[in-house]
Amino acid sequence: MPSSETLGEELERRGISRRTLLKFATAMATSLALPPSMSAAIAQGLAKTRRQSVIWLSFQECTGCLESLTRSESPDLETLIFYFISLDYQETLMAAAGTTAEDALFQAAADNKGDYLLVIDGSVPVADDGVYAMTGGRSDFDLLQKLSRDAKAILAIGTCAAYGGLPKAAPNPTGAVGIADVIGDKPIANIPGCPPIPEVLTGVLVNFLSFGRLPDLDEHGRPLAYFGTTIHDQCYRRPFYDQGKFAKSFDDDGARQGWCLFELGCKGPVTHNACASLKWGGGTSYPIQSGHGCLGCSEPDFWDKGGFYTSLSGGDAPPWRTAAGAGAAGLAIGAAAAWNARRVRSSVDRQVAQEWQEKKEGDA
Amino acid sequence: MTLLDLARGPGLYWSVIIMITGLVWRLSTVLLMPYRRNLSAPGARAKGSLRGALTTIVTRTSPYRSFRSRTMPALMLSYTFHFGLLIILLGGAPHILLMKTATGLGWPPLPKGIISLASGLTLAALILVAIRRLRHPVLRLLSNLDDYFSLGLTILPVLSGLLLAEETYVSYELLLAIHILSVEALLIWLPFGKLAHVVLVVAGRAAQGAKFGHKGAIT
Repeated sequence: MPSSETLGEELERRGISRRTLLKFATAMATSLALPPSMSAAIAQGLAKTRRQSVIWLSFQECTGCLESLTRSESPDLETLIFYFISLDYQETLMAAAGTTAEDALFQAAADNKGDYLLVIDGSVPVADDGVYAMTGGRSDFDLLQKLSRDAKAILAIGTCAAYGGLPKAAPNPTGAVGIADVIGDKPIANIPGCPPIPEVLTGVLVNFLSFGRLPDLDEHGRPLAYFGTTIHDQCYRRPFYDQGKFAKSFDDDGARQGWCLFELGCKGPVTHNACASLKWGGGTSYPIQSGHGCLGCSEPDFWDKGGFYTSLSGGDAPPWRTAAGAGAAGLAIGAAAAWNARRVRSSVDRQVAQEWQEKKEGDA
Repeated sequence: MTLLDLARGPGLYWSVIIMITGLVWRLSTVLLMPYRRNLSAPGARAKGSLRGALTTIVTRTSPYRSFRSRTMPALMLSYTFHFGLLIILLGGAPHILLMKTATGLGWPPLPKGIISLASGLTLAALILVAIRRLRHPVLRLLSNLDDYFSLGLTILPVLSGLLLAEETYVSYELLLAIHILSVEALLIWLPFGKLAHVVLVVAGRAAQGAKFGHKGAIT
């Protein structure tokens, strides 16, 4: 595609009709919780824009995010790559390797200076000068600082990139942090989840391409359109919660009848994500529908929020031994107070007896 | 760490420890305090100090017939919220879950409707008790900061729990955090103020009953 060509011109050249683009735009408007009237604006925005350069860096990650995103259904990542974005660097998907890949990375950054979208999955380790994650002799932290400088915006994909995720879990030996913890001067959208929902990434990308900016975000930097409500509020098992019908184990009658999994540790009431509405595998299912409670993976520090099977009502109460120790301490303080009271009273008694004796002797 | 993490983690841990230490301290101090032997001769119809003490612990739960007409409204309010709190605490499914997590002991919960009804009645009774304390001329004179603070700390968990169970416009997460933190504030204050009557009421009644038993007075 010539660099001056707009996406609309390119699509036309490739035989993609305006109707197809409008259908795609309508799907995106729905996904972004925008009114149907916005689909025309999205289509118009997409048609006018130029192919967006995207540089994708992978830091402390498991590639689960990319595995998830390559399985996006409508629109799929392939559609985006083929028609809307230029994925200039993604070390897992690209054919090049070694210094060729490195060269491609820096060439893309130079060619699109100030205009490329930086997509990152994985947390960045900052302890000991970032030595815990190195690529081509350069620390990920260095690479992030260098490439974020000329990026137009940053998308932190997955809970690790957004908030530190698993690598940040206590005791966090590598000093892992989320991208927004170290980069403060760029617009950053977090798309957390372990892994994140693929349609959320494509939705945010389309929003960026159509309107030239990131969507509205919540206090944790997540797009409100997808993270505005809790899983609990959208859950199809919610009526059972309201009726007080809870599964007590994973194979009891309640579980078989699809009752609420709150008592089995479901974190749906405090987890903001679109799992219950967009679902996974092309709208097939999501963890709760499959019979397992929500782990709360799109929330900051979810690894360190206690057991996955401890209900939200439960907590870290002291164990019996500690409670007994507290009782013993209370008894010791009580005994000391009582002993002191007895000592004072004996002293008063002695004094009274002495005064009485003196008075008696005086009278005599 | 979010507010909810604080509430479910260190907040719960330390509030329970402070409560246990404090309550044992208050009760053991009372039990181990020096007391003067009663050297007077027992009364003609004396039943003995021990019997008097044990009887009074139970009988003081209800006032004498001659007082009932005067004290019935306040008594009913008091009974309503005390039993209400007991029903909510021991019958509410989330509370049983917490106790099961903490102690391993669990039992079947009461239906949510009953807990909601008990919560509503408890809240209404507590508010009426607060209004009565503010309006009654004698009670107002007798009341100090401890009374109002203790009452407030009792109302807060009931109110936040009710809002939490009924799911309001405030987010579940924030309400849950406020509810748990309010309970923890109550647990921490429990041994130090007038709320310590949860354990001292037994000691107080026993001491009074022992005296009456020795004298042969009606307890």
